[in-house]
Amino acid sequence: MWDLIGNSVYAGILISIAIGIIGSLIVINKATAITGSIAHGSFGGIGIGIFLGVNILLSTTLFTLVLALLLAVITIYYKHRSDSLIGVIWALGMSVGIIFLNLTPGYNADALSYLFGNILLIEKSDIFMMVGVDLLLLISIIILYNRFLAMSYDIDFLKVRGINGSLLYTYFLILTSLTVVMSVRAIGIILILALFTIPPLIAEKFTRKFYQMMILSTLISAVFIISGILISYFYDLSPTPVIVILAAAGLFLSMLKRN
Amino acid sequence: MKALEVKNLYFRYDKETVLENINFSLKDKEFMAIIGPNGGGKTTLLKLILGFLKPYKGEIKIYNKSPQEVSELIGYVPQHTNFSLDIPITVFDIVLQGRLKKGKFFYDKLDREKAEEVLKTLKIEKFKNRKIKDLSGGQRQKVLIARALVSEPKIIVMDEPTSAIDPAGQKEILDLIENLDITRIVVSHDIKILLRKVDKIAFINKKAVIHEGPKLNIPKDKHFCEVELIEFLKDESCGI
Repeated sequence: MWDLIGNSVYAGILISIAIGIIGSLIVINKATAITGSIAHGSFGGIGIGIFLGVNILLSTTLFTLVLALLLAVITIYYKHRSDSLIGVIWALGMSVGIIFLNLTPGYNADALSYLFGNILLIEKSDIFMMVGVDLLLLISIIILYNRFLAMSYDIDFLKVRGINGSLLYTYFLILTSLTVVMSVRAIGIILILALFTIPPLIAEKFTRKFYQMMILSTLISAVFIISGILISYFYDLSPTPVIVILAAAGLFLSMLKRN
Repeated sequence: MKALEVKNLYFRYDKETVLENINFSLKDKEFMAIIGPNGGGKTTLLKLILGFLKPYKGEIKIYNKSPQEVSELIGYVPQHTNFSLDIPITVFDIVLQGRLKKGKFFYDKLDREKAEEVLKTLKIEKFKNRKIKDLSGGQRQKVLIARALVSEPKIIVMDEPTSAIDPAGQKEILDLIENLDITRIVVSHDIKILLRKVDKIAFINKKAVIHEGPKLNIPKDKHFCEVELIEFLKDESCGI
């Protein structure tokens, strides 16, 4: 059994670390819509990669980085209309992906697998990328913890202290886009948002400090993902929906706790 | 040396002039209120003083330098109602943020000691490890004042520091501000509570009318209430 699910368990743990860090930042920065936009928009990179016949990971990474920069400009300079513009980027990325798939001859089953993902089909090369992104996230959060926390609470105050808050926010979106790319094959574009936000939302209720929230989110998402892998393996179900249903049940249970 | 000097200041958003020919100055340790109607340019002036915006024309000098050059000398206290209360962050975490600066990523022992000291001065040390959401409005505002003071500023700028706070809390905050031994600027729409505490008032409604006293005494001050003929002040403060 371990031969079949070993890689997916490792992937689950690595994705949980990323969710613990970046998911917590997404939740406290109220950046859920932006993350949805990056995740869905990443389909453009997948479509372009399939059309050009290049490495899909590479094309998706480059495409989502461009989206992250565009979204940074929108949220910083067009704040008053950012909600609508975020929706435009969301749809634009998906449309680019669909058009390039239309232009690609033959049936592209590969593209559909990115929509829903399958953590049971994760390969060693995916694991290497996850390790790389996790390392970058860990180094970034160790060095920038105090700044990220200050940015999340009051970005204007960073300006008063002579620190470039806009640049820091752009870096946060770049990290978010890399996390999306590393998770897209395992979790899938459509359900990524739920998994990135549910564990931090639960953890937020039980913690007093931000680093505690990140650690608890990591543990909670590891429990959901590994339980989901086992259930889907034994009952022959799609893993991501099982994981999301478990996570949503956990969220509703946690809501019974009053603040 | 003047703590703040605003000279021939103009500001425009697109083609609309928001501030026009504003002139005033503030000596070291003076206390000034910026008042005026909503949309009159108070917040724009505050952003210019903080260095968030650059003047269209004219200049702002803080201790003879541009606000961007002396950001370390400026303490800023926003309204406590501006922030999400859901973030898992303690009072001590917020106060420590005042010690962040360019090139500094980690807090040291001195930063923690300074934060403890300010919390004690403001009598909120017992809330140190509480989540910000567990505090009252007045206590939250004190935390933001503590965050500004922990950077040891020479000039502190406060945006509506008494809004959404009960009267007892308002008095406590104002007494606290009055007793600070630094240059203070308070932006407020509620002149009544500031009148007898400030050295200078700038009434901003696109243009500025500056009134200075030693400790203003309105409504007895005929010049302010009658000669300047500021409808807003007459209605809101002078009671005439």
